[in-house]
Amino acid sequence: MLYLIEQCLNGIQLGMLLFLLAAGLTLIFGIMDLVNLAHGSLYMLGAYFAATFAALTDSFLAGIGLALLATLVAGMVLEVIAIRPLYGRDHLDHVLGTFGLLLFFNELVRLIWGPAGLTLSLPAEMLSAVQVLPGVYYPLYRLVIILATLMVALLLYALVMRTRIGMLIRAGASNREMVGALGVNIKLLYTLVFGLGAALAGFAGMMQAPLSFVQIGMGENILILAFVVIIIGGIGSIRGAFVAAIIVGIIDTIGRAFLPDLMRHFVSYSAGSSAGPALSSMLIYTLMAAVLVFRPEGLFPAARR
Amino acid sequence: MSGRLSPRNAFVAGVIAILALVPVYAEVTGNTFMVSLFTRIVILAIAAVSLNLIMGFGGMVSFGHAVYLGIGGYAVGILAKEGVNSGLLQWPLAVVVSALFALTVGALSLRTRGVYFIMITLAFAQMVYYVAIGLDRYGGDDGMTIYKRSQFGAAIDLSNKTVFYYVCLALLLATIYLVWRLVHSRFGMVIQGARSNERRMRAIGFPTYRYKLLCFVFAGMLCGLAGVLLANHTDFISPALMHWTRSGDLIVMAVLGGMGTVFGPVIGAVALLVLEETLSGITEYWQIILGPLFLLVVLFARGGIDGLLAGMRHG
Amino acid sequence: MADALLDIDGVSKRFGGVIASDAISLAIPQGELHAIIGPNGAGKTTLIGQLAGEIVPDAGRIRFEGLDITALPIFRRSQLGLARSFQVTSLFLDFTALDNVALAVQAHAGHSFRFWRDARSEPELRTAARAALARVGLAGRGDVIVSNLSHGEHRQLEIAMALATTPRMLLLDEPMAGMGPEESARMVKTLRELKRELTILLIEHDMDAVFALADRITVLVYGRIIASGPPEAIRANAEVRQAYLGEQEEPHA
Repeated sequence: MLYLIEQCLNGIQLGMLLFLLAAGLTLIFGIMDLVNLAHGSLYMLGAYFAATFAALTDSFLAGIGLALLATLVAGMVLEVIAIRPLYGRDHLDHVLGTFGLLLFFNELVRLIWGPAGLTLSLPAEMLSAVQVLPGVYYPLYRLVIILATLMVALLLYALVMRTRIGMLIRAGASNREMVGALGVNIKLLYTLVFGLGAALAGFAGMMQAPLSFVQIGMGENILILAFVVIIIGGIGSIRGAFVAAIIVGIIDTIGRAFLPDLMRHFVSYSAGSSAGPALSSMLIYTLMAAVLVFRPEGLFPAARR
Repeated sequence: MSGRLSPRNAFVAGVIAILALVPVYAEVTGNTFMVSLFTRIVILAIAAVSLNLIMGFGGMVSFGHAVYLGIGGYAVGILAKEGVNSGLLQWPLAVVVSALFALTVGALSLRTRGVYFIMITLAFAQMVYYVAIGLDRYGGDDGMTIYKRSQFGAAIDLSNKTVFYYVCLALLLATIYLVWRLVHSRFGMVIQGARSNERRMRAIGFPTYRYKLLCFVFAGMLCGLAGVLLANHTDFISPALMHWTRSGDLIVMAVLGGMGTVFGPVIGAVALLVLEETLSGITEYWQIILGPLFLLVVLFARGGIDGLLAGMRHG
Repeated sequence: MADALLDIDGVSKRFGGVIASDAISLAIPQGELHAIIGPNGAGKTTLIGQLAGEIVPDAGRIRFEGLDITALPIFRRSQLGLARSFQVTSLFLDFTALDNVALAVQAHAGHSFRFWRDARSEPELRTAARAALARVGLAGRGDVIVSNLSHGEHRQLEIAMALATTPRMLLLDEPMAGMGPEESARMVKTLRELKRELTILLIEHDMDAVFALADRITVLVYGRIIASGPPEAIRANAEVRQAYLGEQEEPHA
């Protein structure tokens, strides 16, 4: 039972990271109508920056802070150099073009940091466990992730819904020419939005880094999940992305935790050990398939723009 | 300029001629590695042509097309492990399984469009990838050796490199011809129309979904065949066959070579793999130019190499 | 209303807070050319969207030849004989004009699960396509890539595509959009000829054309019909004048 609660919390934590990625993707897609396959690369860059800066400054927090800045800047530079020519083009061109960027970033990281990958260790204070419920202890750091991303989600909501910049962002989504005609610098707006999306992705990457490895290609696996989240939640809907991210996070985590054992009850031990993880990976995709069959517009489709 | 053979068609003829003569060249120079390299090129060219059927002509970008290389390969591998070595049983089964998988994935994925279609095909491919990793009996993550190539009796001995090469080349040429006819037929017109303007296609009365689905199945079947050949070529199958990066390779081949023609992907396969062979000898970081190069092609030379060549006719 | 070819019965549609169609009821008998006019934002395109099948009404029924088509998929309606043209040109830009129309012909010439024979060499398709092009005045332009045609030719091609599907009724969404006076006059002439054999629902802003062609006119304002009747009645209607015609020049007969 305790194990179940712990896994649920892990699921929520994974869900929050997925939400960060999905939100960035939806933002960029909604406002610039751009499909960005290199989003996972920014996730990876965030992790690499964090590991590097943390090692340089010998401080986890400084590492995170600097890495956030670096990812923001990297995102904006990328937008100016490589993304701008893609606006207004076919979505296929976006996919292919950003795929080229994905290949580039994987190689660039290999060139700069080598093929082995890095680690990012937590400061000692974060290593303790916190009592979340009577008798239930949960790693402090994972809790930090959940709370931090919740805060980011709220900030995002406030930014998009309540500020003038957010209004411009939303207006840009519905009528680009008008906003441009009003004298707002659309180019700058897009650059900032892209930078924001990059920062969100990078933040997710650096949050995740201490829990697993920092390695080449780490972005792609989670990017697929992020897109699955968007499909399940509903294209263009941030609220849908939030709910779907939690669902996907929980199902994936619980599946990985319990399915192998469950399998072993029904089939042989070895078959259960090998088929279990495979099946739990399939769970999410099965859910996605189900959504596509019964409700293709997603669980919380965005209102028509 | 009034000659019947345009620069582009001359180039195509040239490539085919070179492909046909590779074993002869290898025999003469004693460089048997060439046969091995070009067998791989020819097989992946089949896969790239099949991808381009749905991508270039149908506008359906699948990031999970390499899954059929895996399905075809595993069909051969699994049957071989269980003692079934007859190519007459393995190959049709591989193609049928590929067709069924494509039917299932296509039926679900074609309900979406654009990048969502792309990611869903990727997701389904990843699913099969994970299943393959879980198949302990057939090698799991490490893969499995195939000890005996597909048997076709005394007539065709696939363990003979030259014979195998020409079998593959024959299948490539057959694939090109088949796809060419398909693309120009009524069916092909519907597919191309749906790529060009699906809304209009529905407005004039076409139920586009079923045509796209069938096209998706055709492409899967052809790529499954390529998978069969690949497994025979490497005498080895592993989940890595289906990793999304393999699908990415196929996309690069098709785009680089030229998405607008049937032959384009063949050019792309040759170009990419020859480039890989030569450049990796110079530096292990050669791939870093591939990404930006690809982006430039997408931005400025959308028709790929084949497109550039075709433009030279009036150049 | 029993022998109306197209019967629109209480069709309503809202998008969030905006009522695009407000209980629209209209019956169009066979052979009529019925024009729908109204200021921008009146909901004309939404109405066509519902008739064509791209938008599902919130309420109401649409009947074509007695058959309830309210929820029927788009391609089915085309197969039943209801063809539409688009306000914003929607063609196959990278193909020739002939290819474009031939596709429309192909859609109604049996199934397309034919994988071998070159479609461009099928005489049934090409001949019918050429005929449709000729009818709209594009006879010599078949081999031109559509992206190289002029805007006016695009609008003509839109009609040709609709015609090639051998329809019983045409839904034309501003066929004269963006046309100069000469091209418009030609289009009016084309439509007048088509009028003899087809039922037409025409959405237009060009008042000269509307009053020259229409048997009956319906005026739509903010999703509601404010007047419907023969041209003279509409011209004389004070409410219509105020809402709409007053903004335009006085139309000549």
